[in-house]
Amino acid sequence: MQKMPIWADVILIPFVSLLLAALLSAAVIVGIGEDPQAALKLMISGALGSTYGWGYTLYYATNFIFTGLAVSVAFHAKLFNIGGEGQAMLGGLGIALIALYIPWPHWSVALIGCTIGAALLGAAWAYIPAILQAKRGSHIVITTIMFNFIAFALLNYLLVNVLRPAGSMDPATASFPEATNLPTLHMLLEPFGIKFSKAAPANISLVVALLAAVFVWFLIWRTRLGYEIRAFGHSESGARYAGINPVRITVVTMMVSGALAGMMSLNTTMGEGERLVLNSTEGAGFIGIAVALMGRSHPVGVVVASVLFGFLYQGGAELALWTSIPRDLIVVIQALVILFTGALDNMVRMPLERLFLMFGRKEG
Amino acid sequence: MFDVLTDLLTVLDSTMRLSTPLLLACLAGLFSERAGIFDIGLEGKMLAAAFFSAAFAYVTGNVWLGLAAGIGASMLLSLLHGVASITFRGNQLISGVAINFLAAGMTVLIAQSWFKQGGRTPALLSGGRFENITLPFADALNVVPIIGPFYKEVVSGHTILVYVALFMVPLTWWVLFRTRFGLRLRAVGEAPEAVDTAGVSVIGMRYSAVIICGVLCGIAGAYMATGLQAGFVKDMTAGRGYIALAALIFAKWRPWYALSSCLLFGFLQAVALRPDLIKGYLGFEVQVQLLDALPYILTVVILAGFVGKAIPPRAGGEPYVKER
Repeated sequence: MQKMPIWADVILIPFVSLLLAALLSAAVIVGIGEDPQAALKLMISGALGSTYGWGYTLYYATNFIFTGLAVSVAFHAKLFNIGGEGQAMLGGLGIALIALYIPWPHWSVALIGCTIGAALLGAAWAYIPAILQAKRGSHIVITTIMFNFIAFALLNYLLVNVLRPAGSMDPATASFPEATNLPTLHMLLEPFGIKFSKAAPANISLVVALLAAVFVWFLIWRTRLGYEIRAFGHSESGARYAGINPVRITVVTMMVSGALAGMMSLNTTMGEGERLVLNSTEGAGFIGIAVALMGRSHPVGVVVASVLFGFLYQGGAELALWTSIPRDLIVVIQALVILFTGALDNMVRMPLERLFLMFGRKEG
Repeated sequence: MFDVLTDLLTVLDSTMRLSTPLLLACLAGLFSERAGIFDIGLEGKMLAAAFFSAAFAYVTGNVWLGLAAGIGASMLLSLLHGVASITFRGNQLISGVAINFLAAGMTVLIAQSWFKQGGRTPALLSGGRFENITLPFADALNVVPIIGPFYKEVVSGHTILVYVALFMVPLTWWVLFRTRFGLRLRAVGEAPEAVDTAGVSVIGMRYSAVIICGVLCGIAGAYMATGLQAGFVKDMTAGRGYIALAALIFAKWRPWYALSSCLLFGFLQAVALRPDLIKGYLGFEVQVQLLDALPYILTVVILAGFVGKAIPPRAGGEPYVKER
């Protein structure tokens, strides 16, 4: 039975949830003795008022598109991949190894090579929890959390003891060769006569992220595998009855998810840092959860939610710079978005459904 | 020989200290998960409790008020988890993730707004902290070989919360396995429909479990800020909530096993703090990162079922719908 029209489910509910999150965030700002209106104004001018601001907003958004897509793909199979953070770290490792040890003639081929490396290691890191879930029934949420910590320890070990160049103190690899440096939006847009800030880190990974979004849409809604993933997510027993192999679907879905999370590091490691540092992921793996929930696990929704979170990130950085509001405000907003669009979904949904049923009956 | 003993005793002594927050959080998770409510928000609740206990202990100068504030903050987050996952039947894992982020952000925001020291509380003075207690006969027994020093260094000389945590183990066992309340609580996590048929409120039982979980997480967080350390710093729980979760699985959701798994993970943390000792005794260096990762690796191995099988409560993670 359709209780609500589709537009209410896709647009109205996320909007109401978001509004609640925004209101509470404003209350938090008031609570710490600041002016929410002024804060919002500062965030908008800082994040969207210049191509410099946009450059950062889109840079952050690129990360979130990758991790949001990763979480979304897993959600379609009713798997909760909370390990995007660790998979992205391993993706960064793949990029570093390929960029450092293979002499690339041009960034375009290096980008293809590094994408494959990032996707492979990200997928490999998701493979173990996936196979343990499928064959041994170990809860994937717990194993992926554990794998985040293991990834951090592994990366910490490799950066401190193996990959760190001699004489350097900080746990990071050497800078990648110049031929692997990705063009920024400034360089990409210049031939078209569009002036874009030189200092902003947004780069061609954004295009890769958008292509990945198209790929996910095609995979989930236009292929046999995507159909199987959705069927499996809808009802495991039903899917099994229809001849869908649950082990195969769990493993393949998680590997696609891990590959997407791993590719996030294209943006941070290859595009911005041009070397691998320890904390390059900066929690983007977890923001993927908020983005996927808000975007209703649809690539279009994920892209929109990612830009919104990119705006929050850049705006939050501006706030920390010009006011006494710490950057941690973003973490609170992120928590509220996850809370309202995810955990408290029914709190928003139930009254709205009742409203629609009431008015629907009158019309009928 | 004497040197080995001293080294061993110092490591065991810090094992006791480091195991305490793990044990309290682990038992907190045990109550919640035994009642069918998954809780990956242990970390956030501990963090919130750590901040509020430190803040109140600093302002009032009374550590007991600090403890009460910490428990209150943790219970508030527990109630939020309950509202989301019991009343509105939301996804318990997502709610837990939200609570972790909420605590991580809010503690720093409020700390900055109240104390303006970059998201931390000022260092706590005596009175704002729990003092170490010397147990009776600690000095008198010291002459007895091995047992004496062990009693003096390892068993005696901790804050009261360490003993509270240890006492919670038999108490938890007794409540869960020897009382009517405990039977119902476990039943709610295995077969809620049966409990409902017997005329006991599933929702009521689950809320009580979640609130007990909040109290225990509150003590764990307060111990972090007012016992183990002197004040709150940003993100001071540093993944302990997740280690406690790992310990809970390692313990297969049983109180006495929880004690041993928390002592084991606490021991690993204590050893990781002394790389010089490992090198001195084993003759080779063990990477600190390996010791850091060991609790997580062990948990994955246990979860994979290679060493015994960890079976979670059957109705865990599922909201209860009466009419089903």
